Amino acid sequence: MNSERMLAFTRKNLKQIVREPASLFLVILFPVVLTLVFGISFGGIGGEQSAVYDIGVVTLDAGTYPVWALTFVDALDSTEILIIRRYETLEAAQNDLIQGSVKAVLVIPERFGESCTSFVQAPENPALWVESTVDLFLDSGSMFATQAIPPIIQQVLTTLIAGEQPTVQLPVHLGIPSLVEAESLTVFDYFTPGIFAFAVIFLTMIVAQTFTVDREKGLLRRINTTPASPFEVILGYTISNMGLAVIQVAVVFAMAFLVGYSTPAGLPGLFFAFVIVMVFALCSVGFGLITASIAKTPGAATGISFVFIVPQMFLGTFVSVGLSSVAQTAGKFVPSYYVTDALTSLLLRGAPVTSQTVVLDFVVVTAVSIGVLMVGALAFRRYGNT
Amino acid sequence: MRNHTFFVMQKVIIIEDLTKRFEDITAIDHLTLEVPKGELFGLLGPNGAGKTTTINVLCGILAPTSGKVMVGGYNVFTEPRKVKSLIGVCPQDTAVYDYLTGRENIEFFGHLYNLPQETLARNSADLLQKMELTDHQNRRVSKYSGGMRRRINLAMALVHSPEIAFLDEPTVAMDPQSRHAVWDFIREQKSQGKTIILTTHYMEEAEELCDRVGIIDYGRLIAFGSPAELRQKYNAENLEDVFIQLTGRRIREAV
Ligand SMILES: Nc1ncnc2c1ncn2[C@@H]1O[C@H](COP(=O)(O)OP(=O)(O)O)[C@@H](O)[C@H]1O
Ligand SMILES: [Mg+2]
Repeated sequence: MNSERMLAFTRKNLKQIVREPASLFLVILFPVVLTLVFGISFGGIGGEQSAVYDIGVVTLDAGTYPVWALTFVDALDSTEILIIRRYETLEAAQNDLIQGSVKAVLVIPERFGESCTSFVQAPENPALWVESTVDLFLDSGSMFATQAIPPIIQQVLTTLIAGEQPTVQLPVHLGIPSLVEAESLTVFDYFTPGIFAFAVIFLTMIVAQTFTVDREKGLLRRINTTPASPFEVILGYTISNMGLAVIQVAVVFAMAFLVGYSTPAGLPGLFFAFVIVMVFALCSVGFGLITASIAKTPGAATGISFVFIVPQMFLGTFVSVGLSSVAQTAGKFVPSYYVTDALTSLLLRGAPVTSQTVVLDFVVVTAVSIGVLMVGALAFRRYGNT
Repeated sequence: MRNHTFFVMQKVIIIEDLTKRFEDITAIDHLTLEVPKGELFGLLGPNGAGKTTTINVLCGILAPTSGKVMVGGYNVFTEPRKVKSLIGVCPQDTAVYDYLTGRENIEFFGHLYNLPQETLARNSADLLQKMELTDHQNRRVSKYSGGMRRRINLAMALVHSPEIAFLDEPTVAMDPQSRHAVWDFIREQKSQGKTIILTTHYMEEAEELCDRVGIIDYGRLIAFGSPAELRQKYNAENLEDVFIQLTGRRIREAV
């Protein structure tokens, strides 16, 4: 490895990116436009197919009438829309909420039993009621959960306490502490994690183009007559394309914020989201190298690059918006899925950088990216260089 | 390791029984050649004779089917990196970055040889001036005329002042004026002690420039010697006549 040579490659490629606006245009404008089109077509629909929600339940009621809490949970369970998972502590439940493995967490308060009993004893006399609040924490990353779950729970609660008789008032209230945030979410908030992955996916085409064009012009062959090693060439191109990825993500980020994107993620979350996308950019470069090894001409490279781009785009980038269950399963086989999953946890749910989902996704993205880049580099050295 | 023939005999290029086949075509057919240090050697032959293939084998980007090749005292296939730092290659088909300026193209290749900044600046300026491109050095090569592209293509090969230069048809498709400028330039390179392998299908170019020539046809070496020796041996006016006597064809017919 020779740093001067790699720097020369990097500088040259950055000049190309700046001086040949076609690639800049494709890489930045295309995702931006597509994003807007997607945003408009999916806006307001939500599109989530799943009709079953996992919700976590924490029972703090250890009072005189524990049977109320048990009956309530059973009633929730029998809705067939909600699948109940019981937790010992609120912390454990909220942790799973942040990771996305439950869509909501319901906290049954200490005086729940007393509260219900007080209503049964004096349904007509609110003055004698013991008031209590059932807290519901919702996954703001799931558009449907925030809309569908609260009415279901409200209905189960009302039936439990008041039976079939219509009531307007109850001593038990449904409090939704985190819905405040959920209400402010726009369609872009749901799309943005996918958009970041989306933008970088197109690097594959640019990388494949650059290599096949340079090969066709005899430049790779010419470089082969110099002391530069193939790996220096590949690394030089990789570095400059990473530079392009930085620009891309920054532009898409800026655009997202311009159209009103907001995230509960703090600086560490944002930074880590950026790191994950950058690691994923390596994967796109790897796919670009594989494409350039297979494709004989720049034209063929464009076509072949779509073999890598399209599945990653459709199966892996708009995960939180929801796809059919088949697509969701297939999504697990494309790297971009894990990027979007991690970004959704970080940016939409405000999960901490150290949360299990984020760490796991990061490990998968890193391993896959390094693997793909290595396969790409070896394939290119063997089949694509001249 | 540089071998002993290099030091003692000063043989810079040694080609021993080299054969290169592409599927059904034998591009080089049992070629044996030696070029001493400081010689300007011409590889002469019609299009498709195997000149470019020979250059590609010599500079290590094409593996031979059989035979042995030594360049600058190193075996090209066991120590390619050593060879690559000694040589400069001007490809027959112009290979330049259109989005870089003329100067940037030269400097980019200079960086690949780790030239110190000062040397690089000096060599680039010198080459640009000799190729009469100084006025155009900061224009992008995409804006260059065909002749200018060919001249920058040549300059890029020599930015690191290589000991050994492979120039594959450096003057093809050039106007007479550019061609004479390039000839002067090649003579000057030779006067600096470089060993130069020049391929051409212009007989007058070989006659004008080369110390010795090897005429190849269908991958085989059919004549070898200085232009004067060959003219005398075949009692010919010029190298074109030599070729006609040997093959019954004119060299340009194949163009
Ligand atoms: N990569 C290749 N694959 C198949 N045939 C080739 C290849 N390169 C050269 N040839 C063939 O080898 C012969 C010699 O070509 P070349 O060395 O380019 O000739 P020259 O440079 O003397 O014009 C030609 O018949 C050419 O078609
Ligand atoms: Mg040729």
